[in-house]
Amino acid sequence: MRMGKTDLPVLLPQRALPQPTEWGAGFSTRWMTSRQAIVLMLVTGLLLAGSAFAQQGGQPRANLASLLVKWTPLVFSGFLFNLLVSIASMMIGTIAGIILGLGQISLLAPVRGTSWLATQFFRNAPWLVLLFFVMFLLPFQITIWGITIPLPAWLKAILGLSLPVMANVSEIVRGGIKSIPAGQWESAESLAFSRRQILWQIILPQAVKRMIPPWMNLYAILTMSTTLISIVGIQDGMTLVKGALVAEGRVDLYLPLYGALLLMFFCYWYPIARWTQSLERRFAVNA
Amino acid sequence: MHEERIVTHPLGEPVITIKDVQKRFGANKVLSSVSMTVRRSETVCVIGPSGSGKSTLLRCINALIPIDQGTIEVDGIAVHDPKLDKLALRRRVGIVFQQYNLFPHKTALENIMMAPVQVLKEDKAIVEARARKLLDKVRLSDKAHAYPGELSGGQQQRVAIARSLAMQPKVMLFDEVTAALDPETKKEVLITIRELAAEGMTCILVTHEMGFAREVANEVYFTDRGVIVEHAPPSKFFTNPREARTREFLDQVL
Repeated sequence: MRMGKTDLPVLLPQRALPQPTEWGAGFSTRWMTSRQAIVLMLVTGLLLAGSAFAQQGGQPRANLASLLVKWTPLVFSGFLFNLLVSIASMMIGTIAGIILGLGQISLLAPVRGTSWLATQFFRNAPWLVLLFFVMFLLPFQITIWGITIPLPAWLKAILGLSLPVMANVSEIVRGGIKSIPAGQWESAESLAFSRRQILWQIILPQAVKRMIPPWMNLYAILTMSTTLISIVGIQDGMTLVKGALVAEGRVDLYLPLYGALLLMFFCYWYPIARWTQSLERRFAVNA
Repeated sequence: MHEERIVTHPLGEPVITIKDVQKRFGANKVLSSVSMTVRRSETVCVIGPSGSGKSTLLRCINALIPIDQGTIEVDGIAVHDPKLDKLALRRRVGIVFQQYNLFPHKTALENIMMAPVQVLKEDKAIVEARARKLLDKVRLSDKAHAYPGELSGGQQQRVAIARSLAMQPKVMLFDEVTAALDPETKKEVLITIRELAAEGMTCILVTHEMGFAREVANEVYFTDRGVIVEHAPPSKFFTNPREARTREFLDQVL
C-alpha cells in the first residue's frame, strides 16, 4: 500500500483516504482487495505514463487509442467500486426498507406513524443532500462497548445512499401489500389465520411478485446515482476518469474516457433492464 | 328449479341468536336493531335490496365486523364479547364470498388444506384425505392441482365452499355467492349448497336467487335499510307477505 512520492494529482485523494484497519470480516477484505486492485492499476498506469512521458520529449503526442487502453483498466476498477457500492447500498436499503414498509402497515399507531414519517422524509429528499448529510453527520469512527469501529468515507457513502433506497423500498413494500385485494385478508381472516400468518403466507407471496419490477427499477436508479459519491471525495469510476484526464491534460480524451465509463454502466445494466421487462410482462399476465 | 322444497332435515336447538344488533359506519346506520334466531340444520335466506345491511349482518356473525350494540351468540360463543376467542368462533363459522377470494398462488387442493394444516395444526395426510373428499363432493376431483386462475367462476366458488368446509364448521354463511356468476355456472354452485343444506348444515344465505330461496329455505328474512321488515317460511313469504314493503320488493324481483 505504501507509495512513493508523486506529483500526479490522481494519486492524492487516494492516499488521503482513511486506511481501514480492522473492521468487519468479509466485507473489509473484499473492499481491501478492490482497493488494492485500484492501487495496482494506478501504479501500472503511473509507470506507463512515466515511460510515455520519458519517450515523449518534443515528439508527437501518444495517440488516443493507446491512451484509452492505458486508462480503461483503471476506470474499470473504479466502475467496479461503483457496482460494489450499489450492491451494498441496495442490500442495506432493502433490508431496512422491508422493516420500514412492514412498519407502515403495523396495527400499532406509533410504529405506523414513525415508519410513515421516516419513509416520507427520506423519499422526498435529494439523494446528494442526503449523501452530504450522512457524510457530515457520522463521525469518522464510533466506539461501542469499548470497541472502536472506524467509519471510512466509503462506508458512510454506502449508508448515505441506502437511506433513499430504504425509503423507496418501504413504499414499494407498502404499495405491494396494499395492492392485494381486501377480500384476500377477509377470507383468510374468516379461516382463522392470524394477522402474521395472513401477511407471510397469503399476502406477501402474492405481493412480492408485484414488488420485484419496481425494486429492480430502483436498483437501476441507484446504480446510476452511485457516481454521486465522487462529489463527496470517494474514489469511484467518475473520480478516476477525472484524475486520468487531469493527468493526461488532453481535451480530446474527455469524450472517449467518459464514454468508456458510460459504456460500462450500459453493459452492466442493459441486460438487467431487459430481464426486468420480461419479469414485468410475466407478472402482469399472472397477477 | 323445483317448486317443492327438498330440505326436510329436522331442526334442532337455536345455534345462532342475534339480538338487537346495531352497526353504523360513520353517520350511516347499516343495521338498526336486527334480531334473528337460526336453529341447527336450518337454512335461512336473507333477501332485500342492495345496501340493506345483509352482507354486514353476515360479517358481524363471524366477527369480521365488530358490532356497536346488541348480542350475537354462535354455538355458545358470545361474538359481542370483547374477549372473544376468534379462533374458536371461526372454526365454527365458515363464510363464502361473492368474489370467491381463493388464494391465487395456491392450487385448489392447497387452498382447501391451508387453514386446517396451518391454523388447526392438523396432520397433513388426514387433511389431504379430507380435502380430496371435499373436492369430490363439489365435483372437482380432477381440478385438485389447478390454480384458481385456471378455473371458471363457478369452479372457484365451489373450491371456496370446500375450503370453508375443510374447517368442519357448524354454520355456513353465503354472501351472494352466485351474484358474480353466469347462469350455467350459477346452477352448479346452487346444487352444491342445496346438497349441503339437505345434509343438515346450518346455513345463512344472503341471496338474490328467489327461486332458490323458495326451494331451500326454512325461513326467509326480508331486510330493508338496516331492519328486518318481516320473516316467514317461504310458502307464506312468497305468496302472502304481510308488509307492503315486502310486496313492493317481490313485485320488482319476481
